[in-house]
Amino acid sequence: MNNLQSLPLFLPEWGLLATILIVILVDIIQFHRNDRIAGRWLLWGLLITFGLILFQGQIRITSLFLNSLALDPFGTFFKILLLVSTFLVVVVARLSRELSEVRMGEFYMLISIMLLGMFLMVSAIDIIMVYLSIEVVSLSSFVLSGYLKNSKRSNESALKYVIYGAFSSGLMLFGLSYLYGLTGSTKYYQIAAQLQHLDPAGYGALILAMILILAGFGYKISAVPFHFWTPDVYEGAPTTITAYLSVAPKAAGFAILIRFFHDVFMLPQDAGMQWKALAGLPWPQLLAVLSVVTMTLGNLVALKQTSIKRMLAYSSIAHAGYMLMAIPVLSRDGIFGIMIYLVMYLLMNLGAFFVVIFVENRLNSEQFEDYYGLGWKIPYLGVVMSLFMISLTGLPPTAGFIGKFYVFAAVIKAGPAWYWLAFFGILNSVISLYYYLRVVRMMYLKGERAEVLESPGRCFNVILTALAVPTLVLGIYWAPVAEWVRQSLLFFTQ
Amino acid sequence: MEAHILSWLIWLPVAGIVALTLVPREQKDVIKVIAAVATGLQLWVAVILLMKYDSAVGTYQFLEKAAWIPSFNIHYTLGVDGLSLPMVILTPLLSFLAVFVSWKIEKATKGYFALFLLLDTGMIGVFLALDFFLFYVFWEVMLLPMYFLIGMWGGPQREYAAIKFFLYTLVGSVLMLIAMLALYFTSGETFDLITLSQTAPEQLQGVTWWGFSAIRVIWIMLFIGFAIKVPIFPLHTWLPLAHVEAPTAISVILAGILLKMGLYGMLRINYGLLPEAVWWFAGTLAVLGLINIIWGALCALAQKDLKKLVAYSSINHMGYALLGMAAVVAAGAANGENILSAQAGLSGAVFQMFNHGTISAMLFILVGVLYDRAHHRDIDGFGGLAKQMPIYAGITMVAFFAGLGLPGMSGFVSEFLSFVGAFPVFKVIVVLSTLGILLNAAYFLRAYLKIFFGPLNEKYADIQDINGRELFIVIPLAVITIGLGVYPSPFLNMIKATLNDLITHIVQLGGAF
Repeated sequence: MNNLQSLPLFLPEWGLLATILIVILVDIIQFHRNDRIAGRWLLWGLLITFGLILFQGQIRITSLFLNSLALDPFGTFFKILLLVSTFLVVVVARLSRELSEVRMGEFYMLISIMLLGMFLMVSAIDIIMVYLSIEVVSLSSFVLSGYLKNSKRSNESALKYVIYGAFSSGLMLFGLSYLYGLTGSTKYYQIAAQLQHLDPAGYGALILAMILILAGFGYKISAVPFHFWTPDVYEGAPTTITAYLSVAPKAAGFAILIRFFHDVFMLPQDAGMQWKALAGLPWPQLLAVLSVVTMTLGNLVALKQTSIKRMLAYSSIAHAGYMLMAIPVLSRDGIFGIMIYLVMYLLMNLGAFFVVIFVENRLNSEQFEDYYGLGWKIPYLGVVMSLFMISLTGLPPTAGFIGKFYVFAAVIKAGPAWYWLAFFGILNSVISLYYYLRVVRMMYLKGERAEVLESPGRCFNVILTALAVPTLVLGIYWAPVAEWVRQSLLFFTQ
Repeated sequence: MEAHILSWLIWLPVAGIVALTLVPREQKDVIKVIAAVATGLQLWVAVILLMKYDSAVGTYQFLEKAAWIPSFNIHYTLGVDGLSLPMVILTPLLSFLAVFVSWKIEKATKGYFALFLLLDTGMIGVFLALDFFLFYVFWEVMLLPMYFLIGMWGGPQREYAAIKFFLYTLVGSVLMLIAMLALYFTSGETFDLITLSQTAPEQLQGVTWWGFSAIRVIWIMLFIGFAIKVPIFPLHTWLPLAHVEAPTAISVILAGILLKMGLYGMLRINYGLLPEAVWWFAGTLAVLGLINIIWGALCALAQKDLKKLVAYSSINHMGYALLGMAAVVAAGAANGENILSAQAGLSGAVFQMFNHGTISAMLFILVGVLYDRAHHRDIDGFGGLAKQMPIYAGITMVAFFAGLGLPGMSGFVSEFLSFVGAFPVFKVIVVLSTLGILLNAAYFLRAYLKIFFGPLNEKYADIQDINGRELFIVIPLAVITIGLGVYPSPFLNMIKATLNDLITHIVQLGGAF
């Protein structure tokens, strides 16, 4: 579809663009120095964008802007996921104490630009668009992670993020240029078609290109060995942004990863993913090893942390590893598993981070020791935090179990050759139990019953309940989510 | 209620939890009464179930089936047969009594009983579920309340004990998860245990993975999962710690019911779905049973802590059940189709599961009674209590005698049946196992002697005898123990039809042996 025809189908992004402009304008022209107003406009804008996505409804699967972007249920699924997490994070950002000390106008602007970038990321089917959208997301997140100007840690985190980010996107760009050189096109489906007739002499270049591109994607989902930025950035950034980084860009990263591998390397005539186009190296096995290393490293290092924020950073690396398990077997079930995992992960991980934000507001600390006896003092907080921790471990009947269940099922369905992968997956679940339960232990097993009980306050109560209830309910009855994911599993493929 | 009697059993405790949330936490008596009523009603329903159960039929009764997640073929399927019925009776019984054991809990009473009722739901759900997925969910649901109950209300080393328990059991259950999914995808994409027991032996026949028989691989994964729960040597190290650190009521539940889940799981899932591997594994199982018997007894002999002694005696008692389970191979052609031995062994195992439930519960409660008064459990720290606590001494004698398998007590019957069943096939192992009985007598009698006879320890000159509440808890268990010891046939008749079906199933689908 050409540019003009594409414009009306670009509806949600229009809404988001308008939101960004309004947020900037409101922030500039406001007379009384209330920088919170922009946030309210942003929330309304997000709601309207959500409405526009729903309004688009049952879309015709097509490509926009001369095959740069795909319009398909798969992209819409991720857009909704991203919108929901942005909405929640913005609401909590308005309650966060560390952010109350800085001007918030640019914060809202940056976060909405980042969201637009991720919208483009999840629908990109052109390698130039891939690069541009990833850069939009990265640049805004660099600034956001350094948003606490007066905090040394925050500045350090931004700097590290920039260096790693620039390096890995440079690598990726280099890889993409090789891909272009080999196939003479920037469009996924043309690349796919060209790769089938690739001269064997080009395999070396293709392998190099793949490794470099993987570095770029791996950096976005913080897979080992491209994870080094994660703990420091997560620890230094404002906790609200950490929560956001651990969920939204990761989801977008998985979307782009799935789309890339699916569109470029899945041959239309194959029923399943054969990886035929990728001769030369045992790619599935390599990716499987990558996933095992990712989750094992994330879990083992998380064991040793003294800061809950840092622990959650490593745990998010581990979760990326669990989701990566389903990539090597890239079947419909694998993608299904990743998508359902992401839904559950959004709920429980944001929930856990919001509890951390609340405690930080209160005690100005995120150390394990400061959770001492918290469950006895603020019972509701203790209950929901325990629920999120159990869910992150992946025990039934919580949402986290369902996510893991589908990923494991996809791996095991792929046949006995992959059982070892599932085995490492479960071994890691057991390890993760130890550090997740450490939080619970601190909150309940230590300390004594307090005489005066406290409540997290109305706003936090509402938002934590909004995350905790689905975390539990989706663990018991998740058929609607499964159905939604199933319907979203339609790609644009030409 | 008739139609959904099994659902009632599962959801009554949950209703109790809902009721608990409505009560302010200061109203401790109301909280306890609610817990007692919820478990009491559950026990009542279980008794109705027992009366309505038709013991002439071996297959599942009171079946309930509802679609849960159709896209993954997951169903809410419940049913009861002769294998699960004893445990379905035992669970509410011990839960009900354990509420009274916990009557003195003062710390966070509301949380304690809410978790306790959740534990109850998880346990009974495991015994009633006939869908593997549902079984797994209940199996896991139980872990978390147990962790808190040990970790928050336990003894000095409670945190370590709780996390060790949790980690061990989780290793087992995640192995079970893989085995479950492997079964699902290789045997017709279903979790239904009734269907799987037919399809799995056929579909997996002759399939090999990495050069090993698929049936054996799955068997091993499941077996490790269940063995941790039983626990079987060398996976038992969590048990003494958890038992000793847990509050009395939770030790009762741990020993009385949780350990049986491992055995139940083996009989229901390993034996039911993978009959071929039974023949392959029975010898190992018998040896493991022997090790459990001897090792448990030797460790118990070495203990100074009374509760630890009882904990190790549990390991020993589980060994007899394993031996009985192994005896099922007597029915094979190679062993002369000795169906009678197979029956004796299996019914001995199931009977032992039930008996150990009542006996170990009694033992733990009695240890708790003493601990409440003396605040220690050191066997050498007492002496001459028989004069001060005559009733307690009498009841304890019943419990200890039951524990060491004295004829006339139910434990004797089940141990005897296990031995009789296993003897034709595993002669040497059975002969060695009887040594365990001797050791049992040694440690129980030694402990009894040191606590109740000899010169009176002056510290306990004015110790109180067992009180009414405690008697109310122990007497029913003592009555059951003696009653079934003298007249076990009602129990054995109840489970007979199902066990015969199981033996036939194993012989027919298990391949030629």
